[in-house]
This record gives sequence, C-alpha cells and structure tokens, in this order.
Amino acid sequence: MNMHKTLACLALGLVLALGGTVATAKTPNDTLVMAKDMSDIITLDPAEVFEFTGGELIANIYDRVMMFEPEDLTKLVGGVAESYTVSDDGKTITLKVRAGQTFHSGNPVTAEDVAFSLRRVIKLNKTPSFIFTQFGWSADNVDSLVKATDAMTVSLTINAEFSPGLVLNSLQAGVGSVVDKKTVMANEKDGDLGYEWLKNHSAGSGAFSLKTWNANELVTLEANPNYRHGAPGVKRVIIRHVPEPSAQRLLVEKGDVDIARNLQPDQIKGLAGNNDVVIGKYPKAGLTYVATNDAHEILGKPKVRLAMRYLIDYEGMVNSFLAGEYKIHQAVWPSGLWGSYDETPFSLDVGKAKALLAEAGYPDGFKIQIDTLTEAPFSEIAQSIQQSLAKAGIESQITLSEGKTLWPKYRARKHEIIVARWSPDYIDPHSNTDSFAHNPDNRLEAKLTGKLAWRTSWFDPEINALTEAAAKELDLGKRKQMYAELQQKVQMVSPFSIMFQRSEQAVLRKNVKGYVSGSNFDLVFYRNITK
Amino acid sequence: MAHSGNPIAGTGTGSSPRLLIARAANLLFTLSLTFVGLTAITFIIGRVMPADPVLAIVGDRAPKEVYEAMYLKLGLDKPLIQQYLIYLVNVLQGDFGKSIMTTRLVLDDLIRFFPATFELASIATLAGIFIGVPMGVVAAVRQGRLTDHIVRVVGLIGYSVPIFWLGLMALLVFYARLEWLPGPGRIEVYYDGIVDPITGFILIDSAVQGEWEVFNNALSHLVLPAAMLATYALAYIARMTRSFMLDQLSQEYVITARVKGLSELAVIWRHAFRNVLVQLITIIGLTYASLLEGSVLTETVFAWPGIGQYITNSLFNADMNAVIGGTVVVGICFVGINMISDTLYRLVDPRVR
Repeated sequence: MNMHKTLACLALGLVLALGGTVATAKTPNDTLVMAKDMSDIITLDPAEVFEFTGGELIANIYDRVMMFEPEDLTKLVGGVAESYTVSDDGKTITLKVRAGQTFHSGNPVTAEDVAFSLRRVIKLNKTPSFIFTQFGWSADNVDSLVKATDAMTVSLTINAEFSPGLVLNSLQAGVGSVVDKKTVMANEKDGDLGYEWLKNHSAGSGAFSLKTWNANELVTLEANPNYRHGAPGVKRVIIRHVPEPSAQRLLVEKGDVDIARNLQPDQIKGLAGNNDVVIGKYPKAGLTYVATNDAHEILGKPKVRLAMRYLIDYEGMVNSFLAGEYKIHQAVWPSGLWGSYDETPFSLDVGKAKALLAEAGYPDGFKIQIDTLTEAPFSEIAQSIQQSLAKAGIESQITLSEGKTLWPKYRARKHEIIVARWSPDYIDPHSNTDSFAHNPDNRLEAKLTGKLAWRTSWFDPEINALTEAAAKELDLGKRKQMYAELQQKVQMVSPFSIMFQRSEQAVLRKNVKGYVSGSNFDLVFYRNITK
Repeated sequence: MAHSGNPIAGTGTGSSPRLLIARAANLLFTLSLTFVGLTAITFIIGRVMPADPVLAIVGDRAPKEVYEAMYLKLGLDKPLIQQYLIYLVNVLQGDFGKSIMTTRLVLDDLIRFFPATFELASIATLAGIFIGVPMGVVAAVRQGRLTDHIVRVVGLIGYSVPIFWLGLMALLVFYARLEWLPGPGRIEVYYDGIVDPITGFILIDSAVQGEWEVFNNALSHLVLPAAMLATYALAYIARMTRSFMLDQLSQEYVITARVKGLSELAVIWRHAFRNVLVQLITIIGLTYASLLEGSVLTETVFAWPGIGQYITNSLFNADMNAVIGGTVVVGICFVGINMISDTLYRLVDPRVR
C-alpha cells in the first residue's frame, strides 16, 4: 500500500505543480486566438484556394483587384485597383492601380503584379480558374488580353459576351488576389509560376502575412504594419485547429481562445447565460437544397418535381433542429445581396403534393433513394424529408456519405434525390445561376460536372437563354430584373428545391470587438479586431 | 516449474553465427512481407474505395478539364498494378509522395506527427505497466476481497467507458472546473516555434535546448491525454495480470514454495509473477502497439496532432499517399514491438534462448 500511496502523491504533486503554472494562461491583448476546424485547408495559393478556411485566410493575406471592405460589405469598391473605366462596347476594362501600396516583402504593388496574378490563374488552370476562363481567357490568349499598359495601368479585354459588372464582381473572388510577382517568381521551380511554394507561403499586400501553417495544428498570421488602411488592431492572429466542438466551447469559456467558430447550436444555447462571451450571428450566402435527378423516369416529370417542393417541412425544421442557424429561402441566389429574390411560395402541403403526384400518374407514391452528407444537420434534414415523403406514399431510404464519396456519385449523375449545400464562388447572381440553371450540353460525355444543372440532367433551353442573357446585360437595372425573372422560373420548374440559407454563429470573448463575417465564406476580416 | 505458451522455439545452439544469420534472414523476410502486404492492401483499398482522390485535390466544383488534367497527373489512367509498382519503387527510394492535406512530403509529416503519438503512447503504456501490473497482482493475491473488487471495477470502467466521453469529462473537471491542467493541444500556441525540432519529441527537444518553460508546458499538456490512454492501458493490463496470476497461484509449485517456508512476497514476485512475464510481455506489446497506432478519439478530443488523426483525416480526404505512409509506420511499429517482445522472451524465459 505504501507504494500506492507514493504513486498517488507523485501523480497529485505533478498535476498541482504543472497545473498551477498553466491553467491561468489567457490570450495576450495583442494576439487574437481562434479555435476552428481547419481540416479543409489543402492550399493557400490564391490561384487554387477553393475551400472555406483557405478562402478566409487568403482574404486577410491578399488584397484583391476589387473588394468588399469590412466597413461596408454591401459595396464593391476598388482594392488594389483604385478605379476602373469600361469601354463603350463593354469589352475592355482599364484598371488604375492604387499608388503607394507595398507587398509584405516591401516590393511596390504595380500593374505588372496585377496582370501577372490574373494570368497566373489561367496558366495554372486550377479549379477556380473557371471564374476567369468564362471571359474567354485561355492560356494561349491571356497574355494579350490581360496586360499592364504602364506601371500603374492594367487593361483587361473580355473575349466573350459578358456584363462588365459581372467581370468586376468576379475580380473580387479569391482568384482576384494580387500576388507579388518578384517574390513568387524567385521561388519558381520548373516553370510552375511559384505554385509549389505559394501553397504554404504568402506573397501578398493584405492586412496580414502568413507566418506559419502547420496543417491540422495551427496557422499564424503576422500583422502588416504598412497596410494601406493602417496597421491591424492586433499584432498577430493564431488559429488553432480544434476539431472537436466541445473542446472549442471549453477553450472559449476559459478564455484560452478569443473566438470559437464551430460550435453546435445546442452548445451555443448552453452559453446563453455566460456573461464572459458574446454570441455573434452572421448571415451567410450558403444554401441548403434538395436536387432530384431529372434523368430518373419518375423524378423527371414536372409535376413530381413540383410535388417535391410541397413535401418539405420548411417551417418545422427551422423551428426545431435548425433554429437559430437557418432561415427559409427558396431562390437560387441568397437573400440580402444584389439581385436577391426573396419569394417563398412553398410550404409543407401534403394534399397539394398528393394531387400533383396523382396527376403525374403516381397516386400511391413510389420508392426512392435519398443521399446526403453524414455531417449535421444533413442527416436530420433528410430524415424530416423522408417523413414528409412518406405522408404522400413515397417510401425513401437514406444513405449518408462523406463528401468525398457523395460528390463523385453526384457528379456521375448516379443519385436519385440528394440533399446538399452550395455557396457562391463570388458575389454576383451569375455565380449561382450559371451552376443551378445553365446547362448548354446535357449529353453524358459533355461532363459539365461543375454545373449542378448538368449533374441533375436538367436541360431547359429557355432557362439557358435567360441565364446567358442576364450575364451579358449591360444595364444594371435590367439585369437585376432579369435575375428576378430567372429565379422565379427556376424556383417553379427546376429539379432544385432550395430550402434554407445559413447563418454562421461564432462565440466571442466579450472583450473582442471588430470581428466581421460577411455573406460569403471568404468575407471574414480580422483587421479591425481589437481586444 | 509451471510454464507459459512459447511462441518461439529455440534451437539450443545459443548465438552461433548460423543462427544469427538465419534470424536476420527471417527478420528481413518478415519485414519485406509485412511491407509489401501493407502497402499493397492499403493501396488497393485506396484505389477501389468510392472516395475520389482527384476530387480531394481539385474540389467537387472542378470543371472537366481540370479534373482530367489532375487524373492524368496522378497516373490514375494506368493499370492498378502499374500504379502500385510505381508507388512501391518510389517508396523504396524514400519517396512516399506528397500529402494533399498538408502539401508537404508525407515523410516530413510522419516525422512531425508520429513523435506526438509516440510520446503519448509511451507514457500511457509506462503508466499502464507501473500501475496496472501491481494492481493486477494485488487483486489476484486478494481474490474475492475488497481490493480485488475495486481493481475489477476500475478495470471494467477503464476498458468499457468510451474514451471520447472520458476525455471530455476529464477536460471539464481538470481543465474547466479545477483549472489544474491546460486544455486541448500539444503545447500552448505561444510556445510554438521556440524549440527547434531536432527529434520531433517536444519533451526531448525542449530539454536538450534548455527550454524548461516549454518543457513544463508540453509536459502539462501531456498529462490529461496520456492519463486517458493510460486508463485504457492499465485497465487492460491489470485485468490480464490478475487473470494470469490467478492461474499461477493455483499451481502446485506455489504451494510447494509456501510449504518450503518462503515469504509470501517471494512466492508472489519471485515465483508466480516470473511465470506470467512472457504472457504479460505479449499483452503489453499489443497494448503499446495499439496505442502507437494512434488513438483517434483521444487525439480528436485533445486536438493532439498525432498519427491517428493524421491517418483518419487523410482517409476521409482520400489522401492516399498519407494513408499508406501512416499505415507503413504503424506496420513498422507492430513489427518492431514484436521483435522487442521476442528479445524480452529470451531474457525472461531461459527455455527460449
């Protein structure tokens, strides 16, 4: 027993000795510490980043040609470009680079850096490059279409029929980030335009520079004291990879992190009475939707598609397990943005759905497969839909999969019904309508896998034409009207039942001020944060 | 004298050169077979599973051209056997490829993540041995009495309570409520980068470089996750020790020893306990190997950047280079621990020499 006592005393002594020194540690005033699940980052090269966390980070590291600034997230303004002019035919955009900007390296920001950055996106041909290739830019012609005409002027020639407004909006996307050409090319290997190096380094002119990225551990950003808006409110930002939401909650409650980003709704509820923290709610542009496969012999019938919309308990879900995080939205472009369409004509109406099914020739329902993601709240949404479908005699079976398994099935058009999510790639309605509504070639071999309309085998020439016309329209007022009309039609006839728009909830220590989280995943800004 | 099962038959020729060569050849053969088997099975599973490695890199919105370019770059157009052979040749040259998730060489990742798990598993196993073995022995000696009941309940709890829940409760009590220990993470973020990674083991690196504040912080972070794993390890080791000891204590040679007038301590530790050592080494070896494999749940709860989380995240992201690299390391651990166990058998059991 003596040995046991000795061991117990030793253990207790160790715990007390170590604990006394560390448990009281709190974050320093000049450092913001954030807990976040960062397992989605696979690159920090702005020509390639297409993931949520990566998008957020590069928004703070790089200034983009055009930007939404944290001071007013509704207004598109010049970022690296101070101003722009559009030629009468709408084909040429001339950008004037803001004077006096410097990269983190100390190099001045020039027109050649802007042109290089945009051309690099096309030449590297990574996933988000489609945002620019739609303007008719290709590896063969981009050198002549995107060029610096003098030290501070860039000329962009659009080689396709597109509204200049849409082009300017797309320059606000992550691919519009301006990289330091000299630094990037100094790290080029085998003609890769610095791609391997820039994956985990930075060469920007934004409010922060990347100090370290240890995958699945932490990211450290250092403030740029020479930033064009002035030095950020904190000297550094440390983002800790904490995958478990319960651990995030404990960390923010104890003050070991200043912001926790991935808490579940029930955990946030549990913090309601805690005076040390503030719960921030930030409406996002992310949509949750149901898509039916139009190639399916039953689901492809227009009346069945319409019946599906009446077999979703929108109200029931937002008032129960989605409360506080989701709101009902039924159009393909999210609410609160230019060109939004906020009509919500559908609600759970089993009688109407049954009548539509009977008219389509299925009065007794049918059997169907529902695919969705394993993560919350997709399985709960699928179960709710399963119950609603059952009321109309539709027997369904749910299959839950990880995204890496589900998306290949969706891209291969092998789903029947899928419950999925979507966020815009840039803040212009075309970003969503081009995917949800535009399918110029419905053949299997066309493999337009990036477009949701193709994935669901939905081909509607009228909708295609309307989508293309809206993207080309020069008059802003008319263009807005066209998107309202397009969204109304898609809402009624497409295989997509848009259900919800998400809000992000973050838990902040009460002394944290100035955290800005805009509508899109890459509109999260750290530079105004103070403690 | 009672005996235990002996997995290795000795030839009785001691350490003659021929025997040493035969053992080395045997070892080499085992290693090669394990290596080829591990890589082949993992590689094939990785290629036939429904997760698409191309989408893991290009994302689900990638247009056809981008997808196809990456498909060709990864060599997925080649026959499976050819893909495997190319991979095998690269691995034999020390090239495990790059991880999609971390953008680094898999070898660099393994050097970074494995020590984190090694530290955790080693301390947990040591705790399991130094607490679990005496617990098991005492329980066996006092069979049916209060001590025995307590040890059995502790063993049952440690072995059956989900480690995920136990970890969260430990954080709630020792970190959030009592404030005795730090929260999740391997080290406080402010200490990151202070110590140069020489061995990858923070405790060793910080001690060698005289960074005692960092050492202290890293050690304090180690206590809770190591204790969680140790709970599992000691529960298992204690249960098995008790069972082995009960078996030995009922043998005739124990009665003979007592009749001869040996003290109870001598009977228990010098006679009965020595005879359970071979079995115990097997159990401890297996426990250690399973902990080295990475306890994903413990690593997740404690945000511990170990090999378990690395392999699991890689699997979910179809990052097959990382999965195979991690699997090979785990395989090497198993083989290594087997070798150490074999050596220990020879030390504790004269018949094996």
